[in-house]
Amino acid sequence: MLDQNSSTRPLILNGQPAADRWVLVRDEDATLPDDSPAIVSLARWQALEGSRALAPWLASDTELTPELAEELSGSPLIAIDFPKFTDGRGYSLARLLRERYGYTGEIRVVGDVLVDQVYFLSRCGFNALSLREDQWIEDAMRALKAFSRAYQPAVDVAEPLFRQRMREASQRPAAALA
Amino acid sequence: MYRYDTHDQTLVTERVAQFRDQMERYLAGRLSDDEFLPLRVQNGLYIQRHAPMLRIAIPYGMLASYQLRKLGDLARDYDRGYGHFTTRTNLQLNWPKLETVPDMLAELASVQMHSIQTSGNDIRNTTTDQFAGIAEDEEVDPRPWCELIRQWSTFHPEFAYLPRKFKIAVTGAAEDRAAILVHDVGLRLSRDSQGEVRVQVLAGGGLGRTPMIAEVIRDDLPWQHLLTYLEALLRVYNQFGRRDNKFKARIKILVKALGAEEFRRRVEAEWAHLKDGPQTLTQEAVEAVQRHFVDPERREIAPQAIAAYEQLRSENRAFARFVTNNVQGHKVPGYKAVTLSLKRPGHSPGDLTWKEMHQVADLADEFSYGELRVTHEQNLVLADVAVDRLEALWQQLEALGLANPTIGTLADLICCPGGDYCALANAKSIPVAQAIQERFSDIDYLYDLGPLELNISGCMNACGHHHVGNIGILGVDKKGEEWYQISLGGAQGNDASLGKILGPSFDRESVPDVIDKILQVYVGERIEGEQFVETYQRIGLKPFKERVYA
Repeated sequence: MLDQNSSTRPLILNGQPAADRWVLVRDEDATLPDDSPAIVSLARWQALEGSRALAPWLASDTELTPELAEELSGSPLIAIDFPKFTDGRGYSLARLLRERYGYTGEIRVVGDVLVDQVYFLSRCGFNALSLREDQWIEDAMRALKAFSRAYQPAVDVAEPLFRQRMREASQRPAAALA
Repeated sequence: MYRYDTHDQTLVTERVAQFRDQMERYLAGRLSDDEFLPLRVQNGLYIQRHAPMLRIAIPYGMLASYQLRKLGDLARDYDRGYGHFTTRTNLQLNWPKLETVPDMLAELASVQMHSIQTSGNDIRNTTTDQFAGIAEDEEVDPRPWCELIRQWSTFHPEFAYLPRKFKIAVTGAAEDRAAILVHDVGLRLSRDSQGEVRVQVLAGGGLGRTPMIAEVIRDDLPWQHLLTYLEALLRVYNQFGRRDNKFKARIKILVKALGAEEFRRRVEAEWAHLKDGPQTLTQEAVEAVQRHFVDPERREIAPQAIAAYEQLRSENRAFARFVTNNVQGHKVPGYKAVTLSLKRPGHSPGDLTWKEMHQVADLADEFSYGELRVTHEQNLVLADVAVDRLEALWQQLEALGLANPTIGTLADLICCPGGDYCALANAKSIPVAQAIQERFSDIDYLYDLGPLELNISGCMNACGHHHVGNIGILGVDKKGEEWYQISLGGAQGNDASLGKILGPSFDRESVPDVIDKILQVYVGERIEGEQFVETYQRIGLKPFKERVYA
């Protein structure tokens, strides 16, 4: 069973609307598609690793150990599931993959993904946003740019605002300080 | 007081635009009720019993006069003319129209205010000591640190969907007036032998359904690491806090389940990766924020003026009462902090009309450098009043009905909005508060009873902090009827403790009688000079119980 036909889910890839090559296969026993790469459960991916174009999806309660992160590093794509949009664990998982384990492949959010999550998702390192079927991609594109700056560093910005302010203050001509 | 720069201003302005967009999509049917809910509550907007309610943030309780004036404008123009100060030092407007909330937020943004994260499963408004910066017993001014936490926690991308709400309180004084032992995270600031700020980090305290006293997670954290440490702690909570049951989702349950030792180990392990990272604070960055909280240029008060004030106090009984109860010491000789009582007959505790907001704002300009503080006991403080102006201020407060000399007494009770407004409440709390205030209005009796905290919550969520009241009253639902459970012996401060339930609950009409009996036991049993809570600690629950249920 292809429970979420990826073609009906709007996709934003690296900040732009994009066509989706990947098919999400949640069901452990479902037949895999012949003609497109598939995102399968972590267990299935671990069992089939290397056999074809596959990538794993992680449940939101996955404990990301260094061993698992090492294993995942070879995959071109890691999906993180949001079973409910109010389940915030995936934000931490994505940051850990990017910031602690240096993963540079595609990190994709799947599941209950709504327009108003995309800004924080992208800050946390998700570069592929697979929105729920009923979401409007124009709304999501707008929501991505909700804020022009941030107080905290995250995957998108390396320094906190307080450091940026210090730099700005030191670059300001002396006259402006008066 | 902290003033926004262009970065802060841009962020709140962008927030207004974001929420306007969300509201439009909601009204157009593109967001369901369930999907809109977390978005609106992260902007302080509740759908309440009768109408929406907007909770406006007053970061760590600091308010400028021009901001209070704007709050008055909003109460007048968008609401029914009054607002309610809460135990989280925020302001709630109880009757706004849903569609006008984006306009209200735009008005707030024009005076560097917002309603960001005043609700929702995120990091809430940080609270602190209402006498921060002026208290005689203060070691470290907590306000710059609160502001650094405000910035770090505002729109934190990783922690907007925590298992449950998250509240941080900070104190830098010998006496804890911020209730840090009953917060998700409590921070105690002190100085080491070199004068460097150190942070004691506590976690897992809280009230609500399962009240708990916080555990010490880290002693002596050097100040540079405050934000990275908080980030590590929040990350552990975000990943491991329970999400299957909202009543078990607060961090206190996680700390309890893992044990403080294991929780600490996980936080430290996480912190090992974040320590010395980009969020490590620098001297420069802290000083930049500290510059917003410098002392005003106070004129020097002559010894004669102080003597004249002392003399007036000895001659004028009414003034003396006011000073004894409502005036607090100040680190600078000749200055005082004055608490305005928002506990008035005929008004709900914590309520102020729009006109009064404007009048109080004028008083702040005239007497206290244009600044005010909101207390978690739901009063207001003018923190910088010269003693030679005290009499004039007192007279003006008398005229406004805000000089009730009852701060810290039974009449200064804490009370949530309860079933009159709140959709969560099991029972009304305001009528109970008013009945108690009416019954015990004799000022000499109130003074004879001495310092006494009576706290009322309309439900288990404990917004009225009933667990830490010397006398706590909790509204409960018994087969559709409103009943009240009474507990004794709770306390806040350095020796915070949780009250014990007296016994079966009472109907509303009986509550003042029950309180009366409890007070009679105290008066009969106390040893000279003993406060209510001390007598309770000595004699225990039994004598009270025997009397009340006789």
